[in-house]
Amino acid sequence: MPDTASRPGKLDQEAHRLRAVGDWTLPHYAQLRNDVIRVHEARTIDLERLGDLDTAGAALLVDLLGPETLREIAEGARGLTHERRAMLMAVADAMRDPLFPPPAPRTTPLTALAGLGLAVERLGRQQLALLGFIGFTLSSLLGTLLRPRRWRLTALVAHIQQTGLNAIPIVALLTFLVGAVVAFLGATVLRDFGATLYTVNLVTYSFLREFGVLLAAILLAGRTASAFTAQIGSMKANEELDALRAQGLSPMELLVLPRVLAMLLSLPVLTLVGMLSGMVGGALVCALALDISTTQFLTILQRDIPLRHFLVGLGKAPLFAFVIAAIGCLEGMKAGASAQSVGEHTTSSVVQSIFMIILLDALAALFFMEMGW
Amino acid sequence: MSDARDAIIEVRGLSNRFGEHVVHEDIDLDIRRGEIFGVVGGSGTGKSVLLRSIVGLKRPDGGSIRVFGEELQRLPPAQRARLERRFGVLFQRGALFTSLNLQENVALPLIEHAGLSRPDAERIARVKLALAGLPPSSAGLRPDALSGGMIKRAALARALALDPEVLFLDEPTAGLDPIGAAAFDRLLVTLRDALGFSVFMVTHDLDTLYSSCDRVAVIADRRVLVADTLEVVAATDTPWVRDYFHGPRGRAAAGAARSRTGPDREER
Repeated sequence: MPDTASRPGKLDQEAHRLRAVGDWTLPHYAQLRNDVIRVHEARTIDLERLGDLDTAGAALLVDLLGPETLREIAEGARGLTHERRAMLMAVADAMRDPLFPPPAPRTTPLTALAGLGLAVERLGRQQLALLGFIGFTLSSLLGTLLRPRRWRLTALVAHIQQTGLNAIPIVALLTFLVGAVVAFLGATVLRDFGATLYTVNLVTYSFLREFGVLLAAILLAGRTASAFTAQIGSMKANEELDALRAQGLSPMELLVLPRVLAMLLSLPVLTLVGMLSGMVGGALVCALALDISTTQFLTILQRDIPLRHFLVGLGKAPLFAFVIAAIGCLEGMKAGASAQSVGEHTTSSVVQSIFMIILLDALAALFFMEMGW
Repeated sequence: MSDARDAIIEVRGLSNRFGEHVVHEDIDLDIRRGEIFGVVGGSGTGKSVLLRSIVGLKRPDGGSIRVFGEELQRLPPAQRARLERRFGVLFQRGALFTSLNLQENVALPLIEHAGLSRPDAERIARVKLALAGLPPSSAGLRPDALSGGMIKRAALARALALDPEVLFLDEPTAGLDPIGAAAFDRLLVTLRDALGFSVFMVTHDLDTLYSSCDRVAVIADRRVLVADTLEVVAATDTPWVRDYFHGPRGRAAAGAARSRTGPDREER
């Protein structure tokens, strides 16, 4: 039976005779490995005074002697228990193939260049895939719209609840705060011109045209695109998408379309919520800090701000909604079978959708300006 | 031949329930040092729950479980962690860390618990992978690139990383082809003989029972019907045992085991 006190393992070397002493176990591995590396050539070893031995120690003995020699020694040595002999044999057999295959060729400037090329190509393919996916979604959307029997109403309503209804509080709170901040900013700048009253125009213009839809879309990109990617990604990891296809069901119709439609319906509503509560935030600051009463605020709103601005803002919502939902679902479909991959694609879907929203918003602003809307 | 001191796991009066649903009631079990102990039972009889209770992943609702003479649930965290280091667990679906490659998967406990440097740990990890029968080229692969059989082998290598004294296996051969399953059974017996650990194994696989288990427990109706050598268990006269061991698959496995171990039994 092993002693309770652990005696550190050692490799004794006396006149070309090696002797393993003490416990050759995991806790002493680093020290023993140093001993073993120092020996250049070993033909035989005395194992009689060996204490405990585990696989780590046995692996060191193989490193020292080579698998063939150790096998011979283990077979011939006296005083070895049956179990210990079996362990030495098993480890020696396992290590007959070299543990480390020849290393892969090193990176050169040329391979780095090739890596850059690959990354660019991958980016191009990703955009192409997104375009293809959007087209595919649109065509299946049209195909399903004409056949009400294939509408997934339950899934649609469930997704509207998750993406739309449950997001109302956070969208309202956030736009309310931003509305208040914009009003403060406007008041500070406009006071110098004696034009404090124009704070009302500033807040309403910015929320109707830009901030209402932009803030709601960015929130949904963070909140819902990530959820779509994670849901579909883990379904893919669990082979659920393959199971659907194998049963002749279309993942596009069952999973993607309800999400896209829910998003298309939710974002305009959330945009409206965002516009309203942003203006409420602005009106509150106007009333409390600038002595512009709410009646006055509403009068200016009704008199000075044409309906056009509201329509311009709201018109962008379906576009943003579609892009967010498409990116979220596509990234989910691209995820691999590992937790790591689902995480990477979730990150990528949020980054991509926020990027696309801001890009599209900038293009739209340019377009509307040129059109004089 | 073995008395109570030989038992490294003692389960006494264990009961487990989920809400109203009672899984175990008053279960007694002993697992002895160096044996391969198989647990069989129909689906949903709580075999995996039993394993999770013993390893400490589920707190039992009654009774006691002593492992190496200590009651896991009552130990302070540090002492408990030290005890858990003497376990190796192979989960049903491998549960390899998907963000790490195989070599890193096996090296993780070596670095965290044994305090080895990374190169040393990775060297030992490669030895373990080779012991589990994986080729050296697989060390750099991620788990999602592996077949089911390779995942089981890699998970076994990880379970063996710290040279555990008890190995817990949850359906180790489920999902493997018969050749792969037979190889896994042989590997398990070889490693047990070489490394001297004990094995607690939940399984459905009759061939595994016949080729590797020293003792078998049958769980049915929330309790252990019988726990003994395979011959005694197979001779027990209850409906489930009859259907299980003497159905077509049971007879085939028993026949295969007899023809395999008949002549060379003396050698082992």
